[in-house]
Amino acid sequence: MAVLTSPRTAAHPVRVGGASWRVPLRAAVVAVTASAALLVLFVLDLALGDVDIPFGTTVSTLLGGGDGGSQFIINQLRLPQATVGVLVGMCLGLSGALCQTFARNPLASPDILGVTQGASAGAVALIVITGGSGYGGGIIGGTLQTLGLPLAAFLGGFLTAAVLYVLSWRRGIDGQRLVLIGIGLGAALLAVVEWLLVRARIQDAASAQVWLNGSLNARGWDQAKPAMLTLLVLVPLSFWLVRHLNVLQLGDDSARTLGVRLQTTQLLILVSAVGLASVAVSACGPLAFVALVVPQVALRLTGGSRPPLLASMVLGAVLVVAADLITRVVLPFVVPAGVVTAAVGAPYLIWLLVRANRKVST
Amino acid sequence: MTQRPHPRSPGATRLGAEDITVGYGVTPVISELTFDVPDGQVTSIIGPNGCGKSTLLRTLARLLKPTSGRVRLDGTAIGDVPTREVSQRLALLPQSPISPDGLLVRDLVGRGRHPHQKWFRQWSPDDEQAVEAAMRVTDTLHLADRSIDQLSGGQRQRAWIAMTLAQDTDLVLLDEPTTFLDLAHQIEVLDLVTRLNRERGRTVVMVLHDLNLAARYSDVIVVMKDGAIVEQGPPTEIFTPAMLSTVFGLDADILPDPRTGLPILVPVSSAATAAASLTGA
Repeated sequence: MAVLTSPRTAAHPVRVGGASWRVPLRAAVVAVTASAALLVLFVLDLALGDVDIPFGTTVSTLLGGGDGGSQFIINQLRLPQATVGVLVGMCLGLSGALCQTFARNPLASPDILGVTQGASAGAVALIVITGGSGYGGGIIGGTLQTLGLPLAAFLGGFLTAAVLYVLSWRRGIDGQRLVLIGIGLGAALLAVVEWLLVRARIQDAASAQVWLNGSLNARGWDQAKPAMLTLLVLVPLSFWLVRHLNVLQLGDDSARTLGVRLQTTQLLILVSAVGLASVAVSACGPLAFVALVVPQVALRLTGGSRPPLLASMVLGAVLVVAADLITRVVLPFVVPAGVVTAAVGAPYLIWLLVRANRKVST
Repeated sequence: MTQRPHPRSPGATRLGAEDITVGYGVTPVISELTFDVPDGQVTSIIGPNGCGKSTLLRTLARLLKPTSGRVRLDGTAIGDVPTREVSQRLALLPQSPISPDGLLVRDLVGRGRHPHQKWFRQWSPDDEQAVEAAMRVTDTLHLADRSIDQLSGGQRQRAWIAMTLAQDTDLVLLDEPTTFLDLAHQIEVLDLVTRLNRERGRTVVMVLHDLNLAARYSDVIVVMKDGAIVEQGPPTEIFTPAMLSTVFGLDADILPDPRTGLPILVPVSSAATAAASLTGA
């Protein structure tokens, strides 16, 4: 047994009574470190802004202390927005990791596969068709905001995924075909969004446009609640699926001979990924490239053969909160967070493609 | 990794196809084929390209569903046996499995334990022992920490066979296990198959392209043509010039192996014959 428990073993067996698991050590270290970074960024996100509040005061205010002023700024103004950032980042990171493993392709993320665009189209359609554009803080008013937007985004996302699945299924799912069809679908859906914007009242179009840039501005508990609920259901499901994800990687035939019920498992993965991506889109618009980049970064940090779920989730939150911090504090003018995530993501995507080309040509 | 007794109906073998018709489109690849996998033997399915060898193997492994007839596993229609239970009794190494970059050999082999695991029992001492035993038999222990994409073709194939063995099933199906390997590695893999059968009592069914290797390493040869089994029996009886000519369209001499007495095929090449006559030999 000495060979199998050498220090280089990537996974450490943990046994309690008859139960046993393997803990991937490096992935665990990455997840813990990323969580610590997230905590620091989160508190910074609360402390910094038009009014800077000292770090210590921020923490004590969070824990219930502080004076009225800092309580208002932190608990009322900044906490909801920062929380949405964390939740959205988690959703996108996890969704990307699931998609990429599902398709066995690093390009397969909800924004490339058209799912994000589908969710956007759903949400924009709701904003434009109801004409319920709010004046002031929210994008649209009342129940439409808390329930309507997430549901419209879910609907758009799931419809897109269903069409994608049907179009790319040929006795199994091939990652490359999935990506190509997804890109086509995404382009078509963007055209739908443009069309909706052209047809819309000017106020609605303006609201929709702000939302489409992927902004965390003025996001609050109304957006946090659906995201929290979705995570509460889909995170346990995703982690239960890990075992099957590992086997699915080896190809459809291998997975089936190893006792995986292929269609059911693929359906569950897809539903989780689409649900997470859609709720993120409904909360703050399509934050570009987070779901694409983060799982690949996480994979390079943890090593291994597929994007790690937990690390992708935490690093997604890190990227979104950092983007929010940069747009609010570092940049001299206000920019939607989506612009920053795209500015980081696009070069990374190019690097990934260049690398993939080299690998094929050598 | 030991041989286990398994309840079965007397007479019938554990795995068999009963009157199956299988096809992807309108024209079936296999029609009304019946075949009992001989228990405890190494069986090779041979036949020209497109004769339905792989289709038969994949149907036996429940990867394809026959349009009529049924595959029987331990007396039950395989479609009625839960997926997980099938995977505890029958393993298949597909023709071109996907080897993800960055996957360590130990983890690949560990994945063979999937049918025996549950979410709360993901790495029992049994799993560990089965994985180590599978790696020992296939001589891949020293590769445990290597990534699968860094291995040579022969090493990678051995790692995949180790994965199939870690599944710890009595029935092992191999779809062209020697493709893409050079001759030394082909021999290595087939020697391993023989050991599995002789020492561990595994029933092996494989699809092989190389007729000489099939003759040497099989207890039973199954010859397929146009979606039907045309002959079945021990290599010495099956390999005849007549069979090679009718099934493969091949003109060949058959000589006995000086060491084993098993048949060796020597294809008659028209070019070689012509060259020989030119030089006056």
